[in-house]
Amino acid sequence: MLRVVSILGMILGSFFLTACTTVEPWQRGNLADYAMQPDRDPLYNVMSEHIYFSREASAGGRGVGGGGCGCN
Amino acid sequence: MSTLCQLYSRFKKLIYILLLCIGIPGVVVASIQKGNVFPSLDGFNLEGTLPEDMKGKIVLVDFWASWCVPCRDSFPVLDEIYQKYRDQGVEIIAVSVDKNEKAYHKFLKRYAPTFPIVRDVEQKLVAEVKIAAMPTSFLLDKEGVVRFVHEGFYRNKTGGEYVEEIESLIRETSEDNKK
Repeated sequence: MLRVVSILGMILGSFFLTACTTVEPWQRGNLADYAMQPDRDPLYNVMSEHIYFSREASAGGRGVGGGGCGCN
Repeated sequence: MSTLCQLYSRFKKLIYILLLCIGIPGVVVASIQKGNVFPSLDGFNLEGTLPEDMKGKIVLVDFWASWCVPCRDSFPVLDEIYQKYRDQGVEIIAVSVDKNEKAYHKFLKRYAPTFPIVRDVEQKLVAEVKIAAMPTSFLLDKEGVVRFVHEGFYRNKTGGEYVEEIESLIRETSEDNKK
């Protein structure tokens, strides 16, 4: 009996684990706002990418060609 | 590792049930599909005026929003279709799902559609229909049955499809009237 109750408890409890919810297509007004765009400022993007890959000294950075020396 | 395998084989069924329970709430299925009768627009407290007589008409119900970029492309096309076919028993009803009233009015002022517009302020109708994309349109025959569904609007494709489908429904209606 205890086993059945614990199994049922786990199954019911699993419903509360579903923290993720789906934003329906008609509820995406705020997400579609210009201010929500991560790439709304192209100049800022170029500058920050340049700084990022120079500081990280990584090959290529974020899709930018180069060796990470910051000299391009 | 062997302990994990033992645990897995012992609780295999339970693990599957748990995974199923976690997955179920995430599954979204459109509730109105081809062949279904579209719900009556009267019962959803829509803002705006619906056409008085829609019985026996071919109706295109289009769900749109001011923030939806393809909707901006769709409006001139819908307007053209409305002007061309309104005398042949075709009605277009554009249902806005906008929450932002200011953006809604700004959009209408800019595109000035001639077809009827209503706003689903409480988003009850759209939740009932459960569209999968913005915009989504439903082409209904004279019986109010969904005959065609369009998800999204593609500039070089959807307009032509609307015309073909509307003309096929007009032919069907006139053949039925002859009988």
